[in-house]
Amino acid sequence: MKPSNFDYCRPDSVDEALSLLSEYGDDARIIAGGQSLMAMLNLRLAAADVLIDIGRLQELSECRQVGGYLEVGAAVTQAKLLNYPGLAEIQPLLAKALPNVGHFQTRNRGTVCGSIAHADPSSEIPLCLAALEGEVVLRSASGTRTLSAADFQTGMLATAIAPGEMITAARFPVAEQGAGYAFAEVARRRGDFAIVGLAAIARNGTLRLGAGGVAGKPAILEWQIEAGQLDDALNGFAWEMEGEDDIHATAKYRRQIVRQLGRKVLEEAKSCSS
Amino acid sequence: MLKLEKDTRHKVRFVLNGSPVSGWADARMLLSDFLRQELGETGTHVGCEHGVCGACTVRIEGRAVRSCLTLAVQAEGFDIQTVEGLAGDDGALNALQTAFRKHHALQCGYCTSGILMSLTDMFQRNPSPSRDEIEDVVGGHICRCTGYAGIMDAALEVAEAGAGK
Amino acid sequence: MTDTKTLNVGQPLERTEDLRLLRGRGRYADDLPVSPRTLNAAILRSPHAHAEIETIDITEAMSMPGVAAVITGEDVAQHSDPFLVALRQPLHQWPLAVGRVRYVGEPVAVVIADDRYLAEDAVDALQVSYKPLPSVIDPEEAASDGAPLVHEEAGTNLVSVRDFTYGDPDAAFAEADHTFKLTTQFPRHSYMPMENFVVVAEYKIEDESYDVLSNFQGPYSTHPVMSRALRVPGSRLRLRTPRDSGGSFGIKLAVFPYIVLMSVASKITGRPVRWVEDRYEHLTAANSCPNRVTTLEAAVTKDGVITALRFDQLEDYGAFLRAPMPGPLYRMQGAITGAYAIDNVAITNKIVVSNKMPAGLVRGFGGPQLYFALERMTNHIAGELGMDHLDLIRKNLIPAGSFPYKAAAGSLLDSGDYQKAIEITTGEGRLEDLIKRRDAARAQGKLYGIGYAAIVEPGMSNMGYLSTLLTAEAREKSGPKNGAISMATVNVEPMGTVSITADCMPQGQGHETILAQIVSDQLGLAPEDITVNVEHDTQKDQWSIAAGTYSCRFTPGTAVAAQMAAAQVRDKLAKIAAKNLNTPAENIEFTDGKIHAAGNPDNAISFGRVAGTAHWAPAELPDGMEAGIRETASWTPPELEAPSPGDHINTSLTYGFVFDMCGVEVDPVTAMVRIDRYVTMHDAGKLLNPLIAEGQVLGSFAQGIGTALHEEFLYDDDGNFLTGTFADYLIPTVAEVPRPEILHMASPSPFTPLGAKGMAEGCCMSTPVCIANAVSDALGVNVAQLPMSPKRLHALIDEDEPPRPSGAGQ
Repeated sequence: MKPSNFDYCRPDSVDEALSLLSEYGDDARIIAGGQSLMAMLNLRLAAADVLIDIGRLQELSECRQVGGYLEVGAAVTQAKLLNYPGLAEIQPLLAKALPNVGHFQTRNRGTVCGSIAHADPSSEIPLCLAALEGEVVLRSASGTRTLSAADFQTGMLATAIAPGEMITAARFPVAEQGAGYAFAEVARRRGDFAIVGLAAIARNGTLRLGAGGVAGKPAILEWQIEAGQLDDALNGFAWEMEGEDDIHATAKYRRQIVRQLGRKVLEEAKSCSS
Repeated sequence: MLKLEKDTRHKVRFVLNGSPVSGWADARMLLSDFLRQELGETGTHVGCEHGVCGACTVRIEGRAVRSCLTLAVQAEGFDIQTVEGLAGDDGALNALQTAFRKHHALQCGYCTSGILMSLTDMFQRNPSPSRDEIEDVVGGHICRCTGYAGIMDAALEVAEAGAGK
Repeated sequence: MTDTKTLNVGQPLERTEDLRLLRGRGRYADDLPVSPRTLNAAILRSPHAHAEIETIDITEAMSMPGVAAVITGEDVAQHSDPFLVALRQPLHQWPLAVGRVRYVGEPVAVVIADDRYLAEDAVDALQVSYKPLPSVIDPEEAASDGAPLVHEEAGTNLVSVRDFTYGDPDAAFAEADHTFKLTTQFPRHSYMPMENFVVVAEYKIEDESYDVLSNFQGPYSTHPVMSRALRVPGSRLRLRTPRDSGGSFGIKLAVFPYIVLMSVASKITGRPVRWVEDRYEHLTAANSCPNRVTTLEAAVTKDGVITALRFDQLEDYGAFLRAPMPGPLYRMQGAITGAYAIDNVAITNKIVVSNKMPAGLVRGFGGPQLYFALERMTNHIAGELGMDHLDLIRKNLIPAGSFPYKAAAGSLLDSGDYQKAIEITTGEGRLEDLIKRRDAARAQGKLYGIGYAAIVEPGMSNMGYLSTLLTAEAREKSGPKNGAISMATVNVEPMGTVSITADCMPQGQGHETILAQIVSDQLGLAPEDITVNVEHDTQKDQWSIAAGTYSCRFTPGTAVAAQMAAAQVRDKLAKIAAKNLNTPAENIEFTDGKIHAAGNPDNAISFGRVAGTAHWAPAELPDGMEAGIRETASWTPPELEAPSPGDHINTSLTYGFVFDMCGVEVDPVTAMVRIDRYVTMHDAGKLLNPLIAEGQVLGSFAQGIGTALHEEFLYDDDGNFLTGTFADYLIPTVAEVPRPEILHMASPSPFTPLGAKGMAEGCCMSTPVCIANAVSDALGVNVAQLPMSPKRLHALIDEDEPPRPSGAGQ
């Protein structure tokens, strides 16, 4: 189980990385932690003619708070974000969700943005980004653009990254005063991809529920607390995602989790809000 | 900028268990293969090559990571520790290794190297982890022989010693 | 220093193996140096469940850098013969597909190249044209008329059907107050080791022989199968196994086709060839236990006494019947009544082939399949009769005091007191408390259940059991098969140091430690004085067909041979010492490295001095004694007789007893099972090393959890393999495996000189069904299929869900 052949480039700056990207086009793949990509390369489910390694770029290795966002550079590992001082106050949802991402060892090397770029429908980080209405910062030789999470992930393993473009950062909104956050997932074993992952936010009479692992990308339910029966809303949400059967769960099972665990996680978020 | 072309071999240098080493690698050569085949350090084992089983876990700059999901060239210049680097300078087993023996935390020994490296990373940063924290770390490994009970007992004993109990 | 006055056997000594393994100094098959001329192999595998191979275009692959050869089925058929099969059926298998593929993952071609990376590149460049054929996956469908044939030459997929009758089951069923019937399905899985298969093969043109290094585990009855396939006498297939093996659990028997394949590749290329299997290959094609559909009927009195059982066992071996299949279907034959005194049994054993990976050895080996049916049945009977399951178990157990007990189908159960074992378990294991926990949980509306399982665990297989597959007449014709030979050699070097080699291939069981314990006790030395070498070489070391490490044969087999060899050395040394000490040899004792007269430790000479005489001064030896000290012992127990004309067969030598009891809670939303408490009682006779024995229980328990809840090889209806990574094939990790409470008692076996029994497979057999019984209790349903995945349990507890609201999707 060995990867097929590729050239390996380790640029010294984002600008160099971008010029490599424009030079090689679709033949090139960005690698940072490689915890999704290397596995796919080893299994020969993916191939690249050129690997551009941005894992050591200092300019992408920072987490910082800017303008109401926690901005996470593209080379920041999941472990680094999880251990970021004050994360549980800055963004409780991330603090609650990140321990569910892979394992200790893969979090040590896997990056936050790599998980977002991989866009697995059952991944926790893209789910949090979508639930929080975060953003993805993309750069190419011709400039920078910022996409909302909803616009960024277009489907299962599919994103709006354009040719010549790379993610330089993800932006997670910092916690709002008085808002409550909760996360829960059902997985076959601890550390497995979620069968269903649920991220809940309660603020100002509004409940927001993100669900991963059901549709091709994270789905969002927005619901005003005074707007009638939550159970009906959850049921509609569960059906609308059009989940499918796979070896681990049936679509019906997934709907059940969304309805029942969804209610529970929303209640937890509500109880954390003020 | 470092640029390595396919089908050519490159000199890769890093510090392994405290000593500088070097060897030749294609761009695509996995760190696990480089350690075993190029450097002859066969204590690191290969179990799945897709990052799940944990047998190949080594420490890069102190962090326990999968060497099968890391290219040899990505390790260049770093400080790498493998199971061969755990025993003391006099060759004696360290506290974690000793606890593993005492608690029968290994049978075939194939997954053991990786588990030792993960726990070493954890203990280095947190000398007195809770049971749950240990479980989180051991959870990144598959052991087929022991049912994990001895592994947990050994790690808990080291954690208790670390907490000064 | 270990105190040699206390016997080392029976002590929980820390393992000597750990000293190297913990330092990363193990030497597994792929760690050993190979000749620089060695080439590396990668295998192209079938993407089809069933297809004709029309053409294989190797042109592009052969033009790629570093590629030495591409080997196809035609080459293999030219250089080797198909493997011998236990059945007289034309199920021809070579290690590469010849003309036709019969399962997804079947080897189709091998690329031999400078390194594995280049070999895989060339595999991708091979162009194969297939003509897909209809396939059959489900065993019952495969066994039905009109199903696509896996082997057309056989004319059927149902390649063997045998009926057996013990006692008078028909009469018992006719007289029964109640009869019950339950159909269960046991899945495909593998207790796959963390180390994959490794083969390094070299063809030696000078004497037309093959020299192979591989992490093979036995049984060595497979060695003649390999040498026959390679068309060489057994002595020309030198098979070496390394000191360390990264787990096996039966699985590494299945490396044998690849030993033949790489041997052929070496002959073709004229170079040594190394193949290191990767995990995708392993999951897809290495080995699986056979899946089994069992329909079990029971005749029962109104008081709950089971008077007869009628088994219909349909076992699915996949595309080929590889040696030593169909072992799992027959290994338990003699003990098919388990722990129960049931005199009347009818068995129909059916073997079916299908388009799935061939089945092979997997720890438990027929036991898990049997007990899932049998102990689900006892649970079911109790439920139907309104009895407590434990009472029903107790009522039917073999009475204490009746051992050795001849079971209906022929097993001679050596020793035990099952009633006492259960009494200890319910007492020390706190059954009352468990019942309180269940009642309290249920009072809160939780889905909580208690399960039990009582099983008999076989140790060391009778090499004749598989011949029960044949009719008595056919057995008569082919000659009797019986026994189980174990061998060990103890050597004393000129300076008095002691070493031992044996016919086992340990894969983590701590045999080096235990062999040192046994030998040191015999010779009055410390375990660390004994050098144990468990590398094995068929051209140099002792072995017979039963050799290997499988089916719990070490403790009742190799360990005994080791003790015998050490005793032979002791006798010889005693005779030499007798002369010097002026004491009869019978009066000589061995203590603390000294040989002395009993009761007179001052009248002593050192062990080394006495041993030295045999080397340095052979003229001083007693008359008729051979010079040098090297003793090989060979042991085969007389109880392992060939099958009787009436098909009675004592399938194993020892029979341990395991009783499990557990409480589980099922989450009504996620349908996930939480094990609240698990108690497991083992009577394996005398324990040679309690630390190692406990490790075997813990390990088999974890694997039992996998079988119960997680592990399954899945195929879709077209035979596509769905569990080819560790993200799909789910092995329990630490969070999924609670620590069980382990209890022991010891009813020494009268049939093994050490009184010990095989004990490493018990929880693989008891735990899956114990949890299934608990889940059945929790949910009030009949769990009839494993694993109890959330998907499967959710379907069992499924209720109507709120309908799709109008306007929601679609």
